[in-house]
Amino acid sequence: MYPAELRYSKEHEWVKVEGTRGRIGLTHHAQSALGDVVFVEVPKVGRAVKQMEAFGVVESVKAVSDVYSPVSGAVVEVNVGLETAPELVNKDCYGAGWLVVVEMASPKELDALMDATAYQAFLASEGH
Amino acid sequence: MTAPEGPLKQTPLNALHRAMGAKMVPFGDWDMPVQYRGILDEHRAVRSAAGLFDVSHMGEVEFRGPGALAALQRLTSNDAARLQVGQVQYSALTTAAGTFVDDLTVYRLAEDRYLVTLNAGNIKKDLAWMREHATGAVIEDQSDATALVAIQGPRASAILQALTSVDLAAIPYYWFARGMVLGGEALLSRTGYTGEDGFEVYVPAERAAALWSALVEKGTPVGLLPCGLGARDTLRLEAKMALYGNDIDENHTVLEADLGWIVKLQKGDFIGRDALARQKAAGVTRKLVGFEMEGRGIARTHYAIVKDGVRIGDVTSGAPSPWLHKPIGLGYVAIAHAAVGTPIEILIRDQPVAARIVPTPFYKRPR
Repeated sequence: MYPAELRYSKEHEWVKVEGTRGRIGLTHHAQSALGDVVFVEVPKVGRAVKQMEAFGVVESVKAVSDVYSPVSGAVVEVNVGLETAPELVNKDCYGAGWLVVVEMASPKELDALMDATAYQAFLASEGH
Repeated sequence: MTAPEGPLKQTPLNALHRAMGAKMVPFGDWDMPVQYRGILDEHRAVRSAAGLFDVSHMGEVEFRGPGALAALQRLTSNDAARLQVGQVQYSALTTAAGTFVDDLTVYRLAEDRYLVTLNAGNIKKDLAWMREHATGAVIEDQSDATALVAIQGPRASAILQALTSVDLAAIPYYWFARGMVLGGEALLSRTGYTGEDGFEVYVPAERAAALWSALVEKGTPVGLLPCGLGARDTLRLEAKMALYGNDIDENHTVLEADLGWIVKLQKGDFIGRDALARQKAAGVTRKLVGFEMEGRGIARTHYAIVKDGVRIGDVTSGAPSPWLHKPIGLGYVAIAHAAVGTPIEILIRDQPVAARIVPTPFYKRPR
């Protein structure tokens, strides 16, 4: 449920490092806690995002949740498929349900994120 | 809702919900299932087959004695005198201003006996209100001893029929019967909060778990799903059934809520009658309307409704409609903008998003 090659934030996003870029999505726990995702709003290509600042919104049937960027940088790609198929966030949160790709401003920021083992320990400590 | 004080209350089905894997959340003072498999699946199951809901948190209060009818007539806006034994009525418990202390259903159990069903979050307030403003009736709170299970959807009746000797086909909409279910006394009411055919079954708290389990067992092969409060909310919204605390409250009158059909000014005096008569004569200045989103975005409770840059009202309920495949909502708007077809905008994260006032209910079941 938590792939070893990803880095994880306390706000339940993951980053996959692809060279100087980071692909960002929601963790299994996040999508499960949200329930059926019905709407995703992410920044446009070119927008600057900052680590741990809200950059988008994911809505389930019941609730609106902010999405926080696990790294700083500029958005270079967004998952337009989520406009018509937001349920991909539930069905394939580490694959087709990715949110954005960011050109990372400071790859050192990755050090502040957790690996899969630490993230699962964090979830357990939060009572999940 | 305000944060609960102390431990959350549990319905008699709490342990079963947990054992069956429901996601539990605080709902007012209660620990309730918000979903089982998922809100969308549960919603569709109710529209196409059947769904099972634990609504035991709701309040049940009995009015007894020769003064029972007079007390209810004084407290509520609908005409309880029209009820025959075995009949149910939707009504409002009104303030002097004609606003809602609560909305409720009134059951005539016998000549001098009535049962009213109240919203869970209002039980204490309603009891105090009813006891203060009505004399001459015995008013008994039976909420803790009573469990309430709703089975809703086109297959609800057939599933429930397997557990009871009562002829369910003989019970019309908004009527009830008392009889044996699984070998024990129950009240079977052809009512609900989903827009579908179905029943609400009142049983003693200690028999709730057996009833729930039997309905799951009978219903699962024909598509029944246990449902949480999440699906209950989207279902009732599509049917434009008001939710207390969202769409109706002590700040909006029964007429403003577009529920004039439960205001019977001719029945004689009742609390709020004068205010409602005046408002009816003068015309309401705002009204609860339904709208559909046309732009991209989901309206949510408390979002502003604007037109030409001016705020004309507020959203009271909003959600994606699983039936219409588009976001819908309810809200109060100034009467000048309340006509069906009026283009409006919903302010979503500071951006105006196009919407339009549409006829309601959003969903009407095929008959």
